[in-house]
Amino acid sequence: MTKRPRAWRWCVLPLIVAAQAGCTRQADATDPQVITIEARRFAYSPAVIRLKKDQPVVLELISKDGLHGFNAPELGLRSDVIMDGPSRLTFTPRKTGRFIFHCDIFCGSGHDQMAGEIVVVDD
Amino acid sequence: MKLSRRDFLKISSIGGLVFSTGLSGARAFAHAGGDDEFYFVQLSDSHWGFKNLKFNGDPEGTLPKAIATVNSLARKPDFVMFTGDLTHTTDDPEERRRRMRQFKSLTDKLEVPQVRYLPGEHDAALDAGAAYKEFFGDTHYAFSHKGVNFIALDNVSDPRARLGATQLGWLEERLAELDRDQPLVVFAHRPLFALRPDWDWSTADGDQAIALLKKHPKITVFYGHIHQEHHHQTGHIAHHSAKSLIFPLAPPDTQGKKFKVGWDPQHPYAGLGLRKVGLTEKQAVVEIDELGVKV
Ligand SMILES: [Cu+2]
Ligand SMILES: [Fe+2]
Repeated sequence: MTKRPRAWRWCVLPLIVAAQAGCTRQADATDPQVITIEARRFAYSPAVIRLKKDQPVVLELISKDGLHGFNAPELGLRSDVIMDGPSRLTFTPRKTGRFIFHCDIFCGSGHDQMAGEIVVVDD
Repeated sequence: MKLSRRDFLKISSIGGLVFSTGLSGARAFAHAGGDDEFYFVQLSDSHWGFKNLKFNGDPEGTLPKAIATVNSLARKPDFVMFTGDLTHTTDDPEERRRRMRQFKSLTDKLEVPQVRYLPGEHDAALDAGAAYKEFFGDTHYAFSHKGVNFIALDNVSDPRARLGATQLGWLEERLAELDRDQPLVVFAHRPLFALRPDWDWSTADGDQAIALLKKHPKITVFYGHIHQEHHHQTGHIAHHSAKSLIFPLAPPDTQGKKFKVGWDPQHPYAGLGLRKVGLTEKQAVVEIDELGVKV
């Protein structure tokens, strides 16, 4: 890979500083919660994920038996789930409610039932 | 936009389309008879090989009964179109072929001039359509019949439910060849629009197909996959899903997760069925008639 030009680094640095400053201003700023979700034919474990509104979270997705998908369209989240994972989805839920996620890569006879739920509650 | 049955009837009657649902089909095509009117039958989602009695108390009898229902029609359809999930999926390539062979030996009994097929993900997603092609041929194709153009699309052979750039390019070429004054009927297994994306009731690149199809003024889409009758408009394009021949699924406005509707011994075959679609060269689809499985 070629080195990035020096000028580019100079203009991105202030942005990083600004972002960190913005973060520390938040009273409840903590490292995001990490939740590991295992996918195997034809279920996710855990199948119900409880999250708090406005709390950042990292979903770590790992497959135990081949290729699956993870798709929560109402939350705008989607990733492949592979055995050499984990794949990570970082997000902050902004609305409360129950949101279904499902496997969107056909994986066999129980694929139609391979789904779970993200439940977002008020802090 | 979601259409209630009443809204749909209103839109339909404006467009000259007559719509009926009934177990007997007794009033079917009562006003038919124009010289150029013909009809086809849509069958869908028989999932041959599925044997859970909780969801179908007659898993090996339902498809034969549907075939007998078609054979009992006084006026024969010009063709039968089977819109996917012919078989229930299996990991075993031999068992998959056994199911397809059995399925084919049953549909060979249809007393109609022609039977056409499309794959569903259960038939084709685990082997990219390899077994399907051995028994049923191409997974997407085009044909014309009595002044109406038909295009069958494959949104299932890719396990990610994509039509893909190659097929979309093929579709664009086919559409460019068509006379836009002639009606166009499109078949697919999965809905091309996002009916219920969190239930996997969508096509990943379906919006690209719709963008191509909407240039055609007289277009109608028939699909399967959702195991129930459903009617929806995207712009001027009407999308009609067919009932299954194995088990119904919950309606798309249900809260929470998707589920199969259980078999009710008091009302066997309830929610299962087939449909007749009447067309004319001038007016495109003029009638849709839902039939139950004759017991
Ligand atoms: Cu399907
Ligand atoms: Fe199906």
